[in-house]
Amino acid sequence: MRRRTILGYGAAGAGALVFALFVGWWQVDGPGAPEPVGQRPMALSAMDFSLTDHEGNEVGPETLIGRPAMVFFGFTYCPDVCPTTLSDISGWLDDLGDEANEMSVAFITVDPERDTVDAMSEYVGYFHPAIRGWTGEDEEIAKAVLGFRASYERVPTESGGYTMNHTASVFLFDAAGRFVTMIDYHEPREFAVPKIRRALEEETEGAT
Amino acid sequence: MRTFFTTGALTALLSSAGALTPALAGSEDVVVEGAWSRASIGMNRPGAAYMTIRNTGDTPVTLIGLTTPLAMMPEIHESKTNADGVSSMAPADEITIAPGESVSLEPGGLHAMLMQLQTPMTEGESYPLTLLFDDGGEVTVEVPILGIAARGPND
Ligand SMILES: [Cu+2]
Repeated sequence: MRRRTILGYGAAGAGALVFALFVGWWQVDGPGAPEPVGQRPMALSAMDFSLTDHEGNEVGPETLIGRPAMVFFGFTYCPDVCPTTLSDISGWLDDLGDEANEMSVAFITVDPERDTVDAMSEYVGYFHPAIRGWTGEDEEIAKAVLGFRASYERVPTESGGYTMNHTASVFLFDAAGRFVTMIDYHEPREFAVPKIRRALEEETEGAT
Repeated sequence: MRTFFTTGALTALLSSAGALTPALAGSEDVVVEGAWSRASIGMNRPGAAYMTIRNTGDTPVTLIGLTTPLAMMPEIHESKTNADGVSSMAPADEITIAPGESVSLEPGGLHAMLMQLQTPMTEGESYPLTLLFDDGGEVTVEVPILGIAARGPND
């Protein structure tokens, strides 16, 4: 009887070890490995920035902890890549259906000079209602970009205006604020939606 | 049945021969398909147009510019995303389309960038966009304006 119990613990221990190894492989070398380029974003809990959402609420990385989160950078004067990203994300959220309500989705502008709270409010209104638009002071935007290990750059145009180069990937975090993975620009929906589900599932695992 | 088939084959033969004979300047054989734009918010932000440009002729054609009453500065642009995931956009070089080939202007790549809008782009409306080619030819398409969140010509 006693021997059997010990044996039982042993088996459970071995099982746990195998599981831990599997999780390690998944996250480091397996399909869960981060893209080899650039650096891994920080955990949301380690980031520090303060912005304003499109309804005038004060927001920061802590706003995103507690629910799985999807975060991306852009600007509303961007005619091509940004509306494409916002409509792709709207499509993914439509595919997720009710599950989309369990997520926080933040679109952070890299062009706060033109993207005021009002501008963000009008713009995000055309896309999925889960998408929140965040803007703020230059230096707070810079701190946010740094936390995500993203980048942005203001580029003058011939017409005397300017455009912004910026990271176009979509960052996914679990409910604890840990970075899960990112969706690269142009990644097909067949890959994007399962990645989002993974961020959603990690929340369930953490809760049980 | 047999007679019907023969007539059909003859018609096909005649029409393809008809398509081959003119071939004067290359741009006469340019066909534009699936043009679309997203609506704009006001007139301060630039717009973009997408389409497929097909060269059905037997000489190469080169797209050298654009004009439209909608925008003061229409230009062919190209968005690129580098290995670090950073997207940028810049005017594209002239685009040469080989005989029988086509070029797609699509989100995240080549696009007709419409800078300095003269009127807002309103969903449900359309506007003419003229493509200028190196042989002096022009092709004008009517571009339908879809919603801001549209993802393609059928969205
Ligand atoms: Cu452009």
